[in-house]
Amino acid sequence: MEYKDYYNILEVEKKSTQDEIKRSYRKLARKYHPDVNKAPNAEEPFKEIGEAYTVLKDPEKRSAYDQLGENWRQGQDFTPPPNWDAGYEFSFQERQDAQQFSDFFENLFGRSDTGKGAYHRQGREFHADGEDHFAKILINLEDTYYGTTKTITLQVSGLDENGRLMVRPHTLNVRIPKGVIEGQRIRLAGKGGPPLGRGSHGDLYLEIILAPHRIFKVDKRDIYMELPITPWEAALGASVKVPILANTVSLKVPPDSQTGKKIRLKGKGLPGKSSGDCYVTFKIITPKAETEEAKKIYREMASKMNFNPRAELQ
Amino acid sequence: MKDIINVISGEILDEDIIVSVKELCRMCKINHEIVIEMIEEGIIAPKRNEKIHWQFQGVEIKRIQIALRLKRDLHINTPGVALVLDLLDEIENLRSQK
Repeated sequence: MEYKDYYNILEVEKKSTQDEIKRSYRKLARKYHPDVNKAPNAEEPFKEIGEAYTVLKDPEKRSAYDQLGENWRQGQDFTPPPNWDAGYEFSFQERQDAQQFSDFFENLFGRSDTGKGAYHRQGREFHADGEDHFAKILINLEDTYYGTTKTITLQVSGLDENGRLMVRPHTLNVRIPKGVIEGQRIRLAGKGGPPLGRGSHGDLYLEIILAPHRIFKVDKRDIYMELPITPWEAALGASVKVPILANTVSLKVPPDSQTGKKIRLKGKGLPGKSSGDCYVTFKIITPKAETEEAKKIYREMASKMNFNPRAELQ
Repeated sequence: MKDIINVISGEILDEDIIVSVKELCRMCKINHEIVIEMIEEGIIAPKRNEKIHWQFQGVEIKRIQIALRLKRDLHINTPGVALVLDLLDEIENLRSQK
């Protein structure tokens, strides 16, 4: 089990006041909230600061944690000393959601009250529907263009045969339909958390995150690309072959094209009820004047073409 | 092993999926009052505005879920959440224009 440096995680010091801890927590929570922070792994730091704050905001837990001593480092292998928590009592009134805390936390402070204990509270049977689970799933542009199947592994908490809360990996093969777009959520009914007692399973929501593509930029169903062309293709016009995902399109470069000129290829974007378009922006690349021959041609252009691109600046 | 072999399909919560207010409440685990509050603050908008036949596009489910999580995790009130969601939309637009 790894030691967790809760002070470090919350960016506070051992001598920080409760107010300072609270302020720092709020600030970090805003920064790393998975709905605000677009990084696919923002969920991890957010959980970690939540766990750190659960300990440090509570004076009882904080002083118990402080008792472990100062010589531990984040990530160091850790075993709690025997009876380390004698004289402290912890309660979990504030944890309504079944958040998963680290092994480190649960070894020190135990598990929250969401397991079997909640079942027969006050002699009455307790039933609750399972939690909805949320996860982000990173896919490539090709995945949404063709559709695909993704294997995802989620850490799911559930009850074992003895009724104890436990976390186990849960592997699912999920069909990613053609044409899903960034930010969309896929709902998998009944694939969320298990119920307590009689109830129904929660749902699983997968949010699509599109990995950046080497060539294409994506906005909803439209895709954008830059097309390098030569000066003579731009000046004289040409027909060039452009690979756009599954298709190779023959694209007409009109004469007198300039860098920045945009061409729309209707329906060549992502598939859908109304397919997206592909926007191609020309970018003129001039060849290097590396040989005498090339230099001669450039000098000839300079002398024969009366051209001043900066005329408008005057 | 069964899970690993089977491929499961879900539904994409896009504009084409239409849910009733009852389904919306069930999916998001909220009651009618919260739906009304969110409509009043402009967080979500029903597709048809007759109260009995309220219908919502699938994308609203995501907005409600984000709103609920922001309220819970960051202690933001409903008008504040509406502002955050608008700003998030704007950031997304700016990003895609880059």
